[in-house]
Amino acid sequence: MQALRQPALWLYVGALFLWGLAVLLLQDPTLRETSFTLLMYVGLASSLNILLGYTGYVSFGHIVFFGLGGYLGFYLVSVQGLSLYPAALIGGVFCGGVAALLGLAVLRLRGAYFALATIGVNEAARAFVSNFSPFGGATGLSLDYSVYNLYGGSMTALWLAFVLVWLTAIAVVITSFLVKKSRFGLGLMAIREDEDAAMVMGVRTPTAKTWAFVLSAFFPGIIGTIYFFKNGNVEPHDAFRLHMSIETLVMIMLGGQGTVLGPILGGLGYERLRGYLLISPLFKSLHLAISGVALLLIILFVPAGLVGWLRRRFAKLRGVLE
Amino acid sequence: MVQLVNSLTDGFLLGFVYGLAAMGLSLIWGVMTVINLAHGPVITVGMLTTYLLFVHVGLNPYLGMLIAAGVGLGLGLLIYVTAVHRVISAPHLSSLLATFAVNMIMLGIFNAVFGGDQNNVDFSLGSLSIGFLHITYSRLLAALGALLFTAFLYLFLYFTRPGKAIRAVANNREAAELMGIPSAQVLALSFGLGSLLAAVAGSLIATIFPFTIFSGGPYELKSFVICVLGGLGNPLGALLGGLALGLMEGVIPMWMPTSWVPVVEFALFVFVLVVKPTGLLGAK
Repeated sequence: MQALRQPALWLYVGALFLWGLAVLLLQDPTLRETSFTLLMYVGLASSLNILLGYTGYVSFGHIVFFGLGGYLGFYLVSVQGLSLYPAALIGGVFCGGVAALLGLAVLRLRGAYFALATIGVNEAARAFVSNFSPFGGATGLSLDYSVYNLYGGSMTALWLAFVLVWLTAIAVVITSFLVKKSRFGLGLMAIREDEDAAMVMGVRTPTAKTWAFVLSAFFPGIIGTIYFFKNGNVEPHDAFRLHMSIETLVMIMLGGQGTVLGPILGGLGYERLRGYLLISPLFKSLHLAISGVALLLIILFVPAGLVGWLRRRFAKLRGVLE
Repeated sequence: MVQLVNSLTDGFLLGFVYGLAAMGLSLIWGVMTVINLAHGPVITVGMLTTYLLFVHVGLNPYLGMLIAAGVGLGLGLLIYVTAVHRVISAPHLSSLLATFAVNMIMLGIFNAVFGGDQNNVDFSLGSLSIGFLHITYSRLLAALGALLFTAFLYLFLYFTRPGKAIRAVANNREAAELMGIPSAQVLALSFGLGSLLAAVAGSLIATIFPFTIFSGGPYELKSFVICVLGGLGNPLGALLGGLALGLMEGVIPMWMPTSWVPVVEFALFVFVLVVKPTGLLGAK
């Protein structure tokens, strides 16, 4: 495992680890809530990056796995009375399975057709869950308050949710790094550059693409379960927001697609910016427009994102900017 | 049976309007292979223009439609110049995100200016009864308006010089440039026309249903479904796809609850994309 000896990996993991530790030590609920959202987005953006950044397939339906995994995990916890840990894991594995089956069909499409299909999948899943009575239909499900007692009361449960999302985010970053440095990742990047050439060179493109899709779907399933467990209720409208999918794309573009650090920085930057705009009285109602302008400027003028730009500008930093 | 005929007629007439909105999307894709994610807000602009003119100026909504068309054209040109032109040859992700950024900007501005209230163009024309068949005049006029603009698009594309230039650029941009066609201007014009159709569709929808600033979104998604049914880049296919979708929306509630309609629509959408991405009516 040569990848484990690279300084960049330990730098990112160390930073995320210290951050979570600091939150745990400070015991500040506001800081915990902010960190929860930030780490959740880091996890979502990094997992999407495996498909989008490495493989070059633009998915607008990433959030479908967040929603499906969240729904299934939530259902297991609230209706079936399962513990949170197996429920989250089942949510993740289920999403991986769905991605494998779905991938067989939609990964044959390329470019904009794939992007359109993922929008369709997201809308179909939302519409289906809105009508699916075991999942509570359009009103969704909500958690009985007594469930939190199993985890030492609702306050402790909130801290537990934070720890889980923190560990998941670290796991996603490690996975993303290992994938990038592996032979498998090299195959994915070959697909991104030229799928036909990659095929000729001996990359088993259908298998590689499907695995990339499965990997990128597994983590949102887990994060979804934790998120809705913490929220205490789940609704179709919350779980399958097309807008959230696209925000994840924006984070990747901000930070730099195809890099490990990019989605982390992009996720943090975008969420901080939005948080600032939402509370500032001047920009509150315009926050969507300002995020839009920022996105447009980046796409038009810095398409490689922050990390890509830094890498090109400062060649010496390339060892730590992966 | 009576109910079936009535809801089929309603769906059929609405289908023309769906088709019109989808035609705009299809035209833009056909000419420059860009999926315009700002289509929804442009539809909303059409709705808002008609509504504002009706409420504040008292203008007849069907005359307001013409002004909405002009606004849509101008807006389309503006979007093309500011957001799309620089990424026209970049990978799909760039143009998808650029048009989505426009979507966010427009929704943000609507939200700041108009808020999320429901608006209604309160302009009733009554309904036409033929035997047991009841058709509201607003639907009938909306279908007529959609047909009128389809005819206009057809005549423009086939019998005018700029229209022929659009078809040439759609066919082969490099070859068209070599023949002396200014492709940047032609692309801008096509984007403008696509937005014009979206705005007119929005304006017609506003005469039938109440709307909010977010109402364009669902019609944008419907346009995707229609374009895929009829074949992306095929305006006539878009009209037929729109009619098919309208009829489906009329028929499906006969067998299952209305809330299942989107499940069927989007499942069909993904299915057609996977099996025949060129569309049911598309070429090979």
